[in-house]
Amino acid sequence: MTGNHLAALSIADLQSLLRSREVSSREVIDSLRERIEAIDGDLGAYLSLDVEAAIKEAEHANVDLPLGGIPIAIKDIINVMGQPCSCASKILDGYRAPYDATVIQKLRAAGAIPFGKTNLDEFAMGSSTENSAVKSTCNPWDPSRVPGGSSGGSAAAVAADEAFGALGSDTGGSIRQPAALCGVVGLKPTYGRISRFGLVAFASSLDQIGPVTKTVRDAAVIMSAIAGHDPLDSTSLNAPVPDYVGSLGKDLRGVRLGVPKEYMIEGIDPQVRAAIDAAVKQLNSLGAEIIEVSLPSTEYAIAVYYIIATAEASANLARFDGVRYGYRAENPQDVLDLYGRTREEGFGPEVKRRIILGTYVLSSGYYDAYYLRAQKVRELIRRDFTSAFEKVDALISPTSPVAAFKVGERVADPLQMYLADIFTIAANLAGICGISVPCGFAELNGHRLPIGLQLLGKPLDEARILQIAHAYEQSTEWHKARPPIAPSLSKA
Amino acid sequence: MAGSSDLDVADVARVARINLREDEAKIFQKQLDDVLKYVEKLRQVDVTGVDMTGHALPVFNVFRDDAPRDWFTADQALTNASRQANGLFVVPRVVE
Repeated sequence: MTGNHLAALSIADLQSLLRSREVSSREVIDSLRERIEAIDGDLGAYLSLDVEAAIKEAEHANVDLPLGGIPIAIKDIINVMGQPCSCASKILDGYRAPYDATVIQKLRAAGAIPFGKTNLDEFAMGSSTENSAVKSTCNPWDPSRVPGGSSGGSAAAVAADEAFGALGSDTGGSIRQPAALCGVVGLKPTYGRISRFGLVAFASSLDQIGPVTKTVRDAAVIMSAIAGHDPLDSTSLNAPVPDYVGSLGKDLRGVRLGVPKEYMIEGIDPQVRAAIDAAVKQLNSLGAEIIEVSLPSTEYAIAVYYIIATAEASANLARFDGVRYGYRAENPQDVLDLYGRTREEGFGPEVKRRIILGTYVLSSGYYDAYYLRAQKVRELIRRDFTSAFEKVDALISPTSPVAAFKVGERVADPLQMYLADIFTIAANLAGICGISVPCGFAELNGHRLPIGLQLLGKPLDEARILQIAHAYEQSTEWHKARPPIAPSLSKA
Repeated sequence: MAGSSDLDVADVARVARINLREDEAKIFQKQLDDVLKYVEKLRQVDVTGVDMTGHALPVFNVFRDDAPRDWFTADQALTNASRQANGLFVVPRVVE
């Protein structure tokens, strides 16, 4: 089997070859390295790659472990010992992680090899990966379009067979939206399901790590490895981890799926809408009962999010001051000059905007009008989901109202960029789980652009949304489509 | 340099310890005025008697044993420092 064919495999298929000793973990690393060397100069999914470290780990891989010998790409906002963790920001220039995040320890314990750090919007703030201070990542289906964000590097790498699977982080849709725009699977677990220890904090009450994969089964395999309580994250939930892989394959008879009427709004691209309508019919034909539900506070979700997320970010990012790690402005006159210039020179525009907005909404005189009110509306959004889940097992919607948009199209207007997250953001506010699975294509200017179907589930009900997503995926061919790597990307 | 909202970007940037160029402050002012105008829709919501949600899922009073454990050594904590001496981070003089 040639390197390129190996790189195209799912984790499950690769696992069979490793366990039957048809390929070695070392060959797997080599195949990925070749693929990355051939196309990543143009795709731009990776920020750093330590091949030597991965080869060393591959030589001792125990392929009988759940992820034995499988390389997994890591969003460059999660600490991997000895590797850079730049958050795609100049302010973490030169920083190398002195420890492993809990998810990395868990991946290693399951036999996986963390391989490569992927691009993102700076500090995960964005929906297109264009806010990366390091480089741009393009969409493998059309290089003139964005891969989505903020986990755009992880999604593009998996879609273009530069990774078998990846970890991303999702604060308002940052796993699900790029997965949808790149045509892969992305799961945002329930808040607290996965330890955040070692994930650089953006908005601590919303952030959650999750898998980006080629198939739903692969997402279940990674979930089984990384889920669980961690004493180092006091918000992680002390609840048993179910057998996510074992829950796959059950049929959908008796499953009740809700279509929120507020989600079928104007502004959804007609091709996206048609794909979602077809997916709803397909799920119905598989035995699921479709019920219309209402989430009346939906229209407030983005407003609530941009108050709460920026407030938390303004506090979390106060630690980047040039003192203990990362970038430091040269020749500071005094300590205030050190802070002010380090942060001026180290942060990009979107990060500065959010810190300023967050500082403002928390400030005396404005706290009640903005932050406190947003936290109350957040409670109403949470209640909407609680009532909906009394009637249904999961909710269906588009992941994104549009397919991948053009590079540069939304950069100048932050509010337009924020509206890209309209279907994903409420899940973070309510703490529930969600998955995006490929459900079709939009045809735009001769390019096929992937569309994602989002399934939202009750807290800690990942097994259920994986089961539904898997049943849908296996009854369609969408997940088998590969991007027609454009001419400039096809040197492989 | 306030815009259509009460937000004065230059002033808040000082509080947040971010030096801003004047042209950058001007662009941010317009962009953040737009965002604040958008979030005004929250004023329409009746939140009477609604408690705030800080965290989505109810987790309270998380305790651990108050026992020492291995953590970073001082040397490890200093590995990323841009300036250090005698096992300490070096910063500009704070107290005269």
